[in-house]
Amino acid sequence: METLKELFTVALIWSTVRTATPLILAALGGLFSERSGVINIALEGMMLAGAFTAAAVTYAVGNPFIGLACGMVAGLAIALIHAVVCIRYRADQVVTGTAINIFMFGMPAFLSGAFFLSSGSTPQIPREQLVPRLPIFIAFALVLVTWYVLYKTPFGLRLRAVGENPEAADAAGVRVAPMRYAGVLLSGVLAGLGGAYLSIGQSSLFTRNMTSGRGFIALAALIFGKWRPVQTLLACLLFGFTEAVSYQMQGVVKLPSGDDIPVQFVQMVPYVLTIVVLAGFIGHSRPPRALGQPYQKER
Amino acid sequence: MKLLRELFFPLVAVLAAFVVGGILILLIGDSPIQAYKLLIGSAFSWPDGIGYTLFYATPLIFTGLAVLVAFRCGLLNIGAEGQLYVAAFATAWVGITLAQRSAWLLIPLCFLAAVVAGGVWGAIPGILKARFGSHEVINTIMLNFIGVALVSYFTQYHYKKPGDPIMESTEIGAGAHIARLGKFVPGLPERIPLNLAFILALVCCLLVYLFLWRTKWGYELRSTGASPTAAEYGGISIRKQIIIAMTVSGALAGMVGINEVLGYRHRYYDGFSDNYGFTGIAVALLGRNHPAGVIVAALLFGVLQRGGIYVDGFSEHVTKDIVQVLQGTIILFVAAEAFFRSQFGTGIVRRLKG
Repeated sequence: METLKELFTVALIWSTVRTATPLILAALGGLFSERSGVINIALEGMMLAGAFTAAAVTYAVGNPFIGLACGMVAGLAIALIHAVVCIRYRADQVVTGTAINIFMFGMPAFLSGAFFLSSGSTPQIPREQLVPRLPIFIAFALVLVTWYVLYKTPFGLRLRAVGENPEAADAAGVRVAPMRYAGVLLSGVLAGLGGAYLSIGQSSLFTRNMTSGRGFIALAALIFGKWRPVQTLLACLLFGFTEAVSYQMQGVVKLPSGDDIPVQFVQMVPYVLTIVVLAGFIGHSRPPRALGQPYQKER
Repeated sequence: MKLLRELFFPLVAVLAAFVVGGILILLIGDSPIQAYKLLIGSAFSWPDGIGYTLFYATPLIFTGLAVLVAFRCGLLNIGAEGQLYVAAFATAWVGITLAQRSAWLLIPLCFLAAVVAGGVWGAIPGILKARFGSHEVINTIMLNFIGVALVSYFTQYHYKKPGDPIMESTEIGAGAHIARLGKFVPGLPERIPLNLAFILALVCCLLVYLFLWRTKWGYELRSTGASPTAAEYGGISIRKQIIIAMTVSGALAGMVGINEVLGYRHRYYDGFSDNYGFTGIAVALLGRNHPAGVIVAALLFGVLQRGGIYVDGFSEHVTKDIVQVLQGTIILFVAAEAFFRSQFGTGIVRRLKG
């Protein structure tokens, strides 16, 4: 009981919220893309773009709001590549996403090597030029906005329609390609914001591969949340919680044998849960029906 | 003529990527010609350039083959990264546990460990897809993270030398070392880590070719990839093919462990893989999903890997990260053009519908 009390503190809740924030932003981004029918495993790369750009710009101009905006634009630019290659050229969306991730793994380090003469990281940003709170509020507010847009607006209806049945949507007069561009580009903006929060919100600089798989955890949360906004939020909070706990647990919670619980097992939780859910053991998680299929208009 | 056509698109993709990279290098104020000279030129000196290039190409041949086999069955294995980590650890585990045994027993057992561990880690998403229909892409991504965490746990808590600050296992038995090629090739010093695993990789290319194009199993596997419905009408069990393809794919990725542990470091070193699994996707795609193409593509990426170190050392602004930028760009171009070519393109569309 005592150890439980030690663990579940206000600090832990706060830490959960903070670790969940980049996940929520990226997962909501993934939601827009995937509900429109485009697989987005490039979330990781888009987050890296946002994280690096936000840190570099904030360092250069000293204004974190411009940094945030530029981070979102960087995510958007990467998303544009994904969108053009996947929608215009109907390439394999998974392969394209992988290519973008490899590209963005090298790109920030390449640029920081050139501009900051350090391989992989940007210089430290002063404390008063960070935005530790704002993105958190944006993330939580965006869950509601996303829910409203997706289910209560014509845009949301069309977006879901082209992701479920593009032929029918097309027949009903919805233009498939522009809707899918909108979905993918939104994902870039949101993932970019999520990445920006990592570098100029949680931290005070960009470091090499700073997202360390968060784009993939966001993707996992999206699947765990069954491609729905509120469930996805809950999944992000759960995954954020496991990450927060894994920091906090060190040396506090012990196994009956008196050893620490290895942090690696806590880290595995989101991934194992996702596999279990995807296999249908805990409710069934069904992807949008046309996910991954390029659409070609009948001639 | 057919060969020429096969070569045309990959060449265009590579050249286009180099142009994009060149523009980026210009933008940061360096000379692309000088950077590319360092990047490519350093790979052809004897013995160091060629020796290291072949050494860097070895894991990429294995992962390229792994992606290829899955691809030919209509599956995308982006889990080679996890498979090779699990396999490398399993190889080291056998090499440490049975350290006192003779080479005659130890080397076959270590090989077996790499193949079986990689195969099992590949089979899991195969079984999940065959049994529950869950997408192999998501499951392989998840299993990458699980595999990496698992072996990092075993290294940290059970197989690390106490007090060693580096995340690496203790050394494997001397009987488990496989020879470096310098032992057989005159003029190639033994300090260069190029080892027998390179020969094994070439043999695997031949075996994969024979398996896919000269056996009934390979025919069934390719039929499943080309058209699952037609294959099913023909009496082929798609589920079985999915599991076979993913197991073989994982086993091939696992052989990276032989190169890394038995031929190079003689221990398990956490985080050793330089994205070999993901680069394997680039290798397979650029190599047109053919074993001969895989060798050529792996050599190209081996050249870049080797050159990256020189770029880091000798150019003003450009770092070795340009290699990753180039690799990503090459895949983007290859992926985008795949759809101008009907045969292979439609195969992917069908896979994603299935």
